[in-house]
Amino acid sequence: MYFIEARNISKGYGSFKALDRVSLQVRKGEIYGIIGPDGAGKTTLFRILTTLMLFDNGNAEVEGFDVVRDYVKIRRIIGYMPGHFSLYEDLSVEENLDFFATIFGSSVAAGYETVREIYSQLEPFRKRKAGKLSGGMKQKLALCCALIHKPSVLFLDEPTTGVDAISRKEFWNMLERIKAGGVTVLVSTPYMDEALLCDRISLIRQGRIIDSGTVDSIIERYPYSLLAVSGERIFPVLKILRQLKGVVSCFAFGTEHHVAVCKETVTVENIRQILVENGFADCAVRNISPGIEDCFMQLAGKE
Amino acid sequence: MKEFFKLVGKEFRHIFRDRRTMLIVLVMPVVQIVLFGFAISTDIHQARVDIVGDIQDFQVRKIAERIDNSQYFDVVSEYRSVTSVDDRFRKGKADVAICFEQDFSKKLETENTALIRIIGDGSEPNSAQMIANYAMGIIHEGTRELTPTVEYVYNPMMKSSYNFVPGVMGLILMLICSMMTAISIVREKEKGTMELLLVSPVRPLWIIVSKALPYMTLSAVNLVTILLLSRYVMSVPIRGSLLLIALVSLVFILTSLALGLLISTIASTQRVAMLISGMGLMMPTMIFSGIIFPCESMPVVLQYLSDIIPAKWYIILIKKIMIEGVGMTYIVKELSILLFMVFVLFWTSIKLFRTRL
Repeated sequence: MYFIEARNISKGYGSFKALDRVSLQVRKGEIYGIIGPDGAGKTTLFRILTTLMLFDNGNAEVEGFDVVRDYVKIRRIIGYMPGHFSLYEDLSVEENLDFFATIFGSSVAAGYETVREIYSQLEPFRKRKAGKLSGGMKQKLALCCALIHKPSVLFLDEPTTGVDAISRKEFWNMLERIKAGGVTVLVSTPYMDEALLCDRISLIRQGRIIDSGTVDSIIERYPYSLLAVSGERIFPVLKILRQLKGVVSCFAFGTEHHVAVCKETVTVENIRQILVENGFADCAVRNISPGIEDCFMQLAGKE
Repeated sequence: MKEFFKLVGKEFRHIFRDRRTMLIVLVMPVVQIVLFGFAISTDIHQARVDIVGDIQDFQVRKIAERIDNSQYFDVVSEYRSVTSVDDRFRKGKADVAICFEQDFSKKLETENTALIRIIGDGSEPNSAQMIANYAMGIIHEGTRELTPTVEYVYNPMMKSSYNFVPGVMGLILMLICSMMTAISIVREKEKGTMELLLVSPVRPLWIIVSKALPYMTLSAVNLVTILLLSRYVMSVPIRGSLLLIALVSLVFILTSLALGLLISTIASTQRVAMLISGMGLMMPTMIFSGIIFPCESMPVVLQYLSDIIPAKWYIILIKKIMIEGVGMTYIVKELSILLFMVFVLFWTSIKLFRTRL
């Protein structure tokens, strides 16, 4: 019995397929990440699971309640933080918290323990209007507002988008503590590096889930050897590498190229030799282990 | 219930903290009433009159004096020939010329009738018509024994504020209830907070009611302000029962709120909501409600169209109650039309209001 379960959910907007047979299984008490680029369908999936949107096909349950039939019951047990921190900008920090606590059928006093750790950082600004807070502060306040009624499951739609690196890190620490309190967390993010902080993830692209599982299991399934090529004149190298036999794909990755090659057919030595022959003697080539982003690229390419 | 009061309280905070909203909601009605009442008044003050004819004639002199004595006219010149009238108008020296035929008194005595011609400068049709009407009124008044008296029972001098006050009432209540409600709901959609309200256990119906209630309260405040202003500043009489006015206004406020809800279900951004309520509500209200032109002078098709404008019926009702002072029995038809509209509009907008996105 999974805590959140979706089976073959499809949802279209006119001719555009936002979600295509999406299935999802989230266990109680884990942090589950939905990882994918903008426009992949993350927000649509969240809206469906939070009972805000109907869908064309499939079915979904949250804590055993059907998201369509039992939507009223689901709305009592979930906490939801939509994208771009939906707060009332003309209300102060404490007014926002108080408002959301009340309409979710609780009170600040009753839920204070749950949010104390996060809210304590906001306390000095409690009289300030939410619109005047920094991005990181807004994020914290939105999280407090989603948590104040002690939900058993928390839906966070891109909570770290538009927030600085330090606040992002802090935010994930907070999620760990929320999880420790027994709350199931479903979080979406476009940042691949945040996948490592989730217990399990689903990779989503163009409305389809291309792989699910723990980060390790997804990386384990990576079928190729991966080489990193770096050097001074890196861009012309890309062209040469892509033409090589045995090279499956080659992507620019920051200042490096990640080259996926068929196992046992191409080695670091082969590549180095070819680059020297082509006048790129200064290029360094080494074996690396794939990251989640490499997996995403490989899975996306397979589609 | 606690949730509901929280929602209403929040809504009031939104209103009180936004200076622009406050301006629209509380100051604009006063400005509009005063503006329509004074600045844009179509009443006549001291129109300049030329008397054309034999001023020595007894009857002519009598009428000319009466005109000059009225507060609406000033006799500025007297001459014998009609041909000069054109020139005087062109030079902007007179607004109207009243021409009497030769031997006016004698004809009046022997034939019991005589010819008077009123020539108005028609370049401003509205005021020209007004001036002509006024002049006719004064002439008739004096020669009652000869010509049938035309008298406007409820607005003897056709005071425009009698027409404006009900019109402005309709406009303002419509504006505040429909536009502000629509915008405040759509703003939540735009900001994404509507998602949170919907995800909460609060029933959608309560969300709607909590949105409408503050604007309803403010409309009531406005209604009182307008009535006070029109009674004591514009001296528009309130002949009918205040209770009836309040009842009718309440029905109209509900209609407007329902319209606002309807708009909010259609519009996805504040700008669209503003446009729909501006173009779709304010314009027709202005045009069809009879504030600017009388409905009777419109093409028949447009007259039918004007029947679906709630403000039209409200304005008729207010005119009847306030100016004519009629009771319940005379307004049953209009009131039932308005009630029917409330019902249909509320039903539709609640059907259309989605409990999801």
